Amino acid sequence: MSALFDHLPEFWQGLVVTLQMTMTSFAGAAVVGLVIVAMRVGPVPVLRRVATVYVETLQNLPLLVLLVLAVFGLPEIGLKAGLTTTAIVVIALYEGAYIAEALRSGVNAISAGQGEAARALGLTFGQSLRHVVLPQALRTVVQPIGNIFIALTMNTSLAAAVGVVELTAAANRVNLLEAQPIPIFVGAGLAYAAIAAGAGFVTGRLERRLAVAR
Amino acid sequence: MIRVRGLNKWFGEHHVLHDVDLDVARGEVVVVIGPSGSGKSTLCRCLNRLEAADSGEILVDGVPVPAEGRELARLRADVGMVFQSFNLFQHKTVLENVMLAPMKVRGVSRAEAGRTAHELLARVGIAEQAGKQPARLSGGQQQRAAIARALAMRPKAMLFDEPTSALDPEMVGEVLDVMTGLAADGMTMVVVTHEMGFARRAADRVVFMDGGRIVETGEPNAFFDSPRTDRARDFLAKVLTH
Repeated sequence: MSALFDHLPEFWQGLVVTLQMTMTSFAGAAVVGLVIVAMRVGPVPVLRRVATVYVETLQNLPLLVLLVLAVFGLPEIGLKAGLTTTAIVVIALYEGAYIAEALRSGVNAISAGQGEAARALGLTFGQSLRHVVLPQALRTVVQPIGNIFIALTMNTSLAAAVGVVELTAAANRVNLLEAQPIPIFVGAGLAYAAIAAGAGFVTGRLERRLAVAR
Repeated sequence: MIRVRGLNKWFGEHHVLHDVDLDVARGEVVVVIGPSGSGKSTLCRCLNRLEAADSGEILVDGVPVPAEGRELARLRADVGMVFQSFNLFQHKTVLENVMLAPMKVRGVSRAEAGRTAHELLARVGIAEQAGKQPARLSGGQQQRAAIARALAMRPKAMLFDEPTSALDPEMVGEVLDVMTGLAADGMTMVVVTHEMGFARRAADRVVFMDGGRIVETGEPNAFFDSPRTDRARDFLAKVLTH
């Protein structure tokens, strides 16, 4: 256990990076997801196609491959950014595809009459999406989006493989010094579990607060 | 006010509207009746382009109905629609349902939209339901809220797509009363319905559809008392016996 407590500052540093990555990439993924779902359920065929291709491409490639490609490939074409920033952007783009799909299932769960009524009143497609369809769709997919948040949290650990010193990488470094993998990785795992439990708690509360009588 | 010429609509192989011509004058109440699948709802939905017709033209107030985009939204803002399934926005209160479109489409202030909404809810007799979510209301109350929501846009014409078909029998009357009041106030209305009593009482003209065509049209008393076509006579014999 001392292996864990002697290195608390390193763990803390790693946890802070993990939390930063989780929060910023989730915020980015939410924006990406909203844009993609708006394109995908919208009336413009070419945007629908682009959004579909986006979702299919990102969902069908492993995140680790995308991370490696971005970290080593982007500098080749002159795009240079910090490791952590690159990882955050890649995770946001990747998880954005999943959020778009969760939102789309929410949109499909809303009766077509809601959108029709909005458009019949003279709201544009964008307005009916923003004021009528998406607010209701979001309520139905709080739980799936919570799950995506948890998966995203776990996925930030893949950034360790491309050199970002987040929680998993920090644990790995400590283990190289102390050679006590069980307490060290159990400790790191508990930290991830705490984040996930927090997310579960928040989504549960949100789901009850946002419930709509039907 | 509304002018339809040579309207055709297919759902796949199924020819649902067959060279339909229809004119609705300003202030006129036209009631469209006919058996299920006769195309009357589709016709109604084509008028504000919730369904796109395959051929033919529709003019509202002298202007062809635009294909899409902002011009179409502007036209829809001027043509109210009431649906069979109410389609109130489930996540908003009744009051917010009525306020939304005037604020977002017409740019009316929140205060003014609220005032108008309260007036309209009072007019349709559900002032005390303003703060509730739609699902807490009875069907009849929901449909009256939906009528208030459409009226809040101060439409030039109103379309009713079987507004009482989803209601319990004892709630049909309250909705028809509101519609009769609107008709008496001079609103231009196209009403698709199975309520023959309403058609007789409130319509200026009855349009009878079957198989995607307008089979017969006429002044209500003449139509109900002495229909000219066999098909209309047959239909009326079936619906008026009970």
